[in-house]
Amino acid sequence: MEDVILFLFFAAFTVGCAVNLVLQKHPISSALSLVGVMGALGLIYLQLGGEFIAMAQLIVYAGAIMVLFIFVIMLLNAGVEKGKTRNLWVKYAGLPLLVALIGLIAYIVQNVLPRGPGVNFGAFQHGNAYEIGIKLFETYLLPFEVTSVLILVAIVGAIVLAQKEIK
Amino acid sequence: MNFFVLSLIKAAVVAFVLMTTLAYLQWIERKVIAHIQLRVGPRRVGPHGLLQPLADVIKLLTKEDMLPSHVNKIFYFLAPFIAVFFALIAISVIPFGTEISIGPIKTAMQLADLNIGVLFILGLSGMGVYGVALAGWASNNKYALLGGLRSSAQMISYELPMAMAIAAPLLMLNTLSFRQLVDAQAGYYFGFVPRWTIFQGPFPQIFSFLLFLVAAFAETNRVPFDLPEAENELVAGFHTEYSSMKFASFFMAEYANMVTVSCVATLLFLGGWHPIFPAEYGSKFVPTVIFLIGGLISIYHGLNPARAFDRITLPIAGIVFIAVGAAFLIPIVATILLPLFWFAAKAGVILFLYIWVRGTMPRFRYDQLMRFAWTFMFPIAVVNLFVTGLLVALT
Repeated sequence: MEDVILFLFFAAFTVGCAVNLVLQKHPISSALSLVGVMGALGLIYLQLGGEFIAMAQLIVYAGAIMVLFIFVIMLLNAGVEKGKTRNLWVKYAGLPLLVALIGLIAYIVQNVLPRGPGVNFGAFQHGNAYEIGIKLFETYLLPFEVTSVLILVAIVGAIVLAQKEIK
Repeated sequence: MNFFVLSLIKAAVVAFVLMTTLAYLQWIERKVIAHIQLRVGPRRVGPHGLLQPLADVIKLLTKEDMLPSHVNKIFYFLAPFIAVFFALIAISVIPFGTEISIGPIKTAMQLADLNIGVLFILGLSGMGVYGVALAGWASNNKYALLGGLRSSAQMISYELPMAMAIAAPLLMLNTLSFRQLVDAQAGYYFGFVPRWTIFQGPFPQIFSFLLFLVAAFAETNRVPFDLPEAENELVAGFHTEYSSMKFASFFMAEYANMVTVSCVATLLFLGGWHPIFPAEYGSKFVPTVIFLIGGLISIYHGLNPARAFDRITLPIAGIVFIAVGAAFLIPIVATILLPLFWFAAKAGVILFLYIWVRGTMPRFRYDQLMRFAWTFMFPIAVVNLFVTGLLVALT
């Protein structure tokens, strides 16, 4: 019972932060809402038994990556977003279309997708660091290494784009 | 007893002890730095200034709380909360001693034994940056913004060598839970060399320990890495615009971070609550002897007082010291107090190191700080991690 209450609380918090992220005009407010989303997602992972993933989510996404986001926003001193003049479509059809989309997703999840066994909080026992390590460095070693090379490529690309032209 | 009630009681005790420690840590810091600089430090409020922390708290609580006119109100109020929240909550996973039993109740001297305790601390230290960064930004002040930017850049940079320095002993001890980490450091080589991580084979973690200490100084924004609040360049850095209790929150967060980092260093590298030499050579009498010596010294100075007031205060302090020392001789009490004593002694030595360094070292220049992190500490941390991994894999 407590699990369900906590889950509903974190889920509501996550969705609330996500909506706030879109609604806020100031980049810092949006970035902080994203931190809230990441943090609450981490807590939901923790509830489901993925303790290592939860902490990795907190350290990497909510901690390191979002701090860099905020750092850049502060450094560029980005101001409040100017409200753009919205066209008529967005103004009048936006909300009904959004409701229709959510309804459609709910319908598909409810009726079209195959039913799983349902979620049991804490039933997943393979989320500790040891088992993740074994999986990551034995079963999925190649994808893991390929991903790291991909990130290296991205870093090199960023440096090439950022450096000044050498004449 | 009910788990919930027990946890509440433990939380209350830990919170009270932590708050008192934070208040008196500042008193100790002022005294130690004063003696380093041949001054006497605070001594007006209470005997030897012992009530100074209380006076400071009252002063900070009753001061006018200024709200500058150009701040971003939400984040300006949120920042001290974030800073102090993530700083104080970290203590919940720190174990202070072995399992104890009082009557029918058996409990661990720890609020929560997470099996990912080390990662939890790392996560919190990553989140703690937001307090400082937001404070700097929301203040709408050039100096504060620069302080916040410096702080976030510095903490991200030093988090890498710190995480790698933490990873090396974890490789050897093969667990992420603080309690199991300490249990894995029990015992002695040749009967007298403790199996702490800094002495333990196959690769004694002395380099990790030094790297961790240096990175921890930077993570807690302490001298010589206190660039975010460098007063000769930035007025007071990120907390320039904060006054009253909001300023005190940042102050408290800094000291709480110091305490946490010292506890983590003790648990990871210095064997937690295991004594420095085995009980059969009499390590259980060490606290008694120390408190006895302290008590005798203060009674001696009470009998030959330098100031009239010392005639009363010092003998009382001496008797209290001797009484505490005698308490360590009662077997039932000693089982609880001995682990606490060794834990507090080791953490206290590291805290003293913090203060000592503050009284001795000048501040880094910002480019030196960054170069030090990326070109010196980071490569050494990587090499250290690889060597440890290799040796662990070979043995």
